[in-house]
Amino acid sequence: MAADISKLGVKAGWKDLTEGMMIAGAGTSKEFNTGEWSTDKPEFIEDKCKQCLLCVPVCPDSCIPVEDMKRGVFDYKHCKGCGICVKACPFGAITMEGVK
Amino acid sequence: MAKRDRLSGNEAVAIALRQINPDVFPAFPITPSTEIPQYFASFAANGQVDTEFIPVESEHSSMSAAIGASAAGARSLTATSSCGLAYMWEELYIAASNRLPLALALVNRALSGPININCDHSDSMGARDSGWIQMYAENNQEAYDNMVQAYRISEHPDVRLPIMICQDGFITSHAVENIELLEDEEVQKFVGEYNPENYLLNPQCPMAVGPYSVTDYYMEAKRNQAEGMRHVSRVVLDVAKEYKKLSGREYGLFEEYRMDDAERAVVMIGSAAGTTKDAIDRLREQGEKVGLIKIRLYRPFPASEIAEALKNVKAVAIMDRAEGYTNHGGPLGADVMAALYRAHADALAVNYIYGLGGRDVRVKDMENVFAALKQMMADGDAGETYRYLGIRE
Repeated sequence: MAADISKLGVKAGWKDLTEGMMIAGAGTSKEFNTGEWSTDKPEFIEDKCKQCLLCVPVCPDSCIPVEDMKRGVFDYKHCKGCGICVKACPFGAITMEGVK
Repeated sequence: MAKRDRLSGNEAVAIALRQINPDVFPAFPITPSTEIPQYFASFAANGQVDTEFIPVESEHSSMSAAIGASAAGARSLTATSSCGLAYMWEELYIAASNRLPLALALVNRALSGPININCDHSDSMGARDSGWIQMYAENNQEAYDNMVQAYRISEHPDVRLPIMICQDGFITSHAVENIELLEDEEVQKFVGEYNPENYLLNPQCPMAVGPYSVTDYYMEAKRNQAEGMRHVSRVVLDVAKEYKKLSGREYGLFEEYRMDDAERAVVMIGSAAGTTKDAIDRLREQGEKVGLIKIRLYRPFPASEIAEALKNVKAVAIMDRAEGYTNHGGPLGADVMAALYRAHADALAVNYIYGLGGRDVRVKDMENVFAALKQMMADGDAGETYRYLGIRE
């Protein structure tokens, strides 16, 4: 069975799909770039960010990475562009840009 | 060494299953298939098989458990009839779309209503588009032989699809006939061990079965599934060839009975083919050129092969033991007529609905069908193509 799900994308032909759509291997969902479903995209404006981290727990797709208590740029491979983080930010440090 | 025995169709299938010794058999009773799990439960209780026999609370559960077992890496099956099959409808599609090899011993019975426990094909015909392989038997011997061959087809790496082994309720399932059984060791060697490449209980490679497919993937997934079905006919013939070496009995996609120079033919499925053969023998004695095509493999449908077998026939009656309520005939009629159309055949074709709810089909009835075909040839016209056989007006 083809286990390479990195080949899966909206352009995948039927021969590239796994038999019965089975997925072999564990923790493979992060390899599936669901971010390509989005029609909108948040933009992180670092200058305005106070690192309060209020945006982090509200993200339904865990797309705001945190390192050393500081958030970084969005994980666009999995962000669906829901905009919840924009509403959660008290400092206007996140805006929504259309997907180009 | 083969041994002769006298067995009902249900006993024959249960014995085939004992010889196969599958891993998991969940079952819920329903007439007329109840005896299959009943006999098998006694084999399990007597320690004659290693199978995990699971009495469940419904057919929805029996098929779900069989699917789960197959996904886990086990060789599994269940048995049912009629409304039991209807109650596992959802799971039938899941088994096929997940490409899980497993078997269903189906004993054909009419669907309600009116409620009726006797034979017709309305249950399995309803499931004809579910993605299962469907194989039918004329008699007890064929039911046994098909069951022994089932897993070789279903588990073949190019196929990996579930298989329905069908026999006629009561007529085949409960009638006792002399049949020839293979030795247990011969069956075990022929069927072999099931070693799937990927399975849920493999700790080396965890996996997901049945993930959601959004619109972007669903159509490609169905086309991918269809590819398995495209390999079935070849595998069925390969397995039959090997089975002939073992048993001496020959099987194909369908049986052609006295078709060599036939001008008139009947196409049908199941036990009434035996009755039709008697009618053909009588008519052949009178010099009438009549023959039969008896479908063994109904899904996938061997359309071009059937059209080829009918190419010299001038009039054909396609017999459906199920209503389609299309106002123009039943499912087999539609399949055969589509095959004839695509082959640019000019044979006159009619479709009979017959034998519903266990209605007897006699030799005389089939002689009447051949007489009707003769009349069509004389008229040069098929007349009403959607007919009921022997209906009281």
